[in-house]
Amino acid sequence: MSVSLWKHVAKPILSGFGITARRLGAKKVTVQYPEERREQFPRTRWRHFLTRYDSGLEKCIGCSLCAGACPARCINVVSAENTDSERYSPGERYATRYEINMIRCIFCGYCQDACPTGAIVLRKNFELADYKREDFIYTKEMLLESFPGEADAPWVGKYEVAKK
Amino acid sequence: MPKRIETVVLHDSSTPVLGDIQKAGNVVVTSIDTLLNQARANSLWPLTFGLACCAIEMMATVASRFDLARFGSEAFRATPRQADVMIIAGRLSKKMAPVLRQIYDQMPEPKWVISMGACASSGGVYNNYAIVQGADQVVPVDVYVPGCPPSPDALIYAVLKLQDKIKKTKFNKIIEITPRNVANEMPVEVLA
Repeated sequence: MSVSLWKHVAKPILSGFGITARRLGAKKVTVQYPEERREQFPRTRWRHFLTRYDSGLEKCIGCSLCAGACPARCINVVSAENTDSERYSPGERYATRYEINMIRCIFCGYCQDACPTGAIVLRKNFELADYKREDFIYTKEMLLESFPGEADAPWVGKYEVAKK
Repeated sequence: MPKRIETVVLHDSSTPVLGDIQKAGNVVVTSIDTLLNQARANSLWPLTFGLACCAIEMMATVASRFDLARFGSEAFRATPRQADVMIIAGRLSKKMAPVLRQIYDQMPEPKWVISMGACASSGGVYNNYAIVQGADQVVPVDVYVPGCPPSPDALIYAVLKLQDKIKKTKFNKIIEITPRNVANEMPVEVLA
C-alpha cells in the first residue's frame, strides 16, 4: 500500500491550517468573565431580594406562601402583627424573620410566582459562592433592599467593584 | 507564635480561611509563600468528578465561551494523582460517598474541594434517604457554589474565590494545621 505524500500528508495538513486561517479573523467567542460579564437574559433567576414599596414599607406580609411553594424547603418565614407604632408593611402582618438557605435553593422562582404582593424577586447576581456553610443562610437584613428599586438597579459584580 | 482561633467547625476545610490565622511576621519564608501560592493558585488542575447535571455546566466552563483555561484550570485530570482541586458536580448519593472519599484521599496534598451546585452542597431538593445532605459530610469543602446548576460564570467565580483563598494561605502554618485529625474524619463505612 503506497502512501501518497501529497494526498495523505500535505493536503490534510494544509486543509487543516486553512480552517485555522479562515477562523483567525472571526469574532472571539470567549467572554472575559471577571472583567466583563455576558449579557444575562431578562428573566434570569439568581439572588433573591425582598422589595419595598416606594413609601419604604416592606412588600412582604409574612404569609409564608413562598415557603409553602418552595420545593427544596429552604425558606423560613416567621411573621408577627403590625402595630400602629411599629409598622413594617401595609398589611396586617409582616415577617420578623425571613431566611433563605441559599445553598439548598434551586432558583426555580416558585417563591416569586407564589408571592401575592411581589415581595420576593430573583435578580441577576450570580456571584454567590462562598467559603463557609453558615454564610449561606441569607437573613432578612441581607435580602431586604436598602431603598425601593435597589433590586432593579443594574447589578455590578464584585470584581467590577474592585476595579473601580 | 501565630494565634489560632480555636473554634473548629467540623465541615470546614482543613486549609485555613483568611482570618483563621492571625497574621504573624515571618521574614524567612514570606517570599516562598507568595511564590508557592501563586504557582498553586494559577495552575489548579481539577479532577473530573461529574456526578449529575452540574457536570454539563462544568464542561461548558472549560469550553471556549467561558474558557477556564484563562485561569490555568483547563487540564481536567481523570486520575486523582494529578489533580489539585476536586469539583464535586452533582448530587452525591450515599453509595457514591465512599468512592468520593477514597478518590479525595488519593489526591496529593495540597488539595481543595469545590462543592458545585445545591445538591452537592446541601442535598438540594433531594432531602431523602439516598442522597448525602452535603458533600462536606464526607470531604472538607473549600468553596460552595449555589445554583441548580450554577452557570459557568458562577463556577468561574468560585474558582476565583478559591484562588483568592490559596493566595492568602501561609505555607509554613498549613503544616501545623493539617495533621491528619482522625476524629474529624468521617468513617465512610458508616455511609455504605
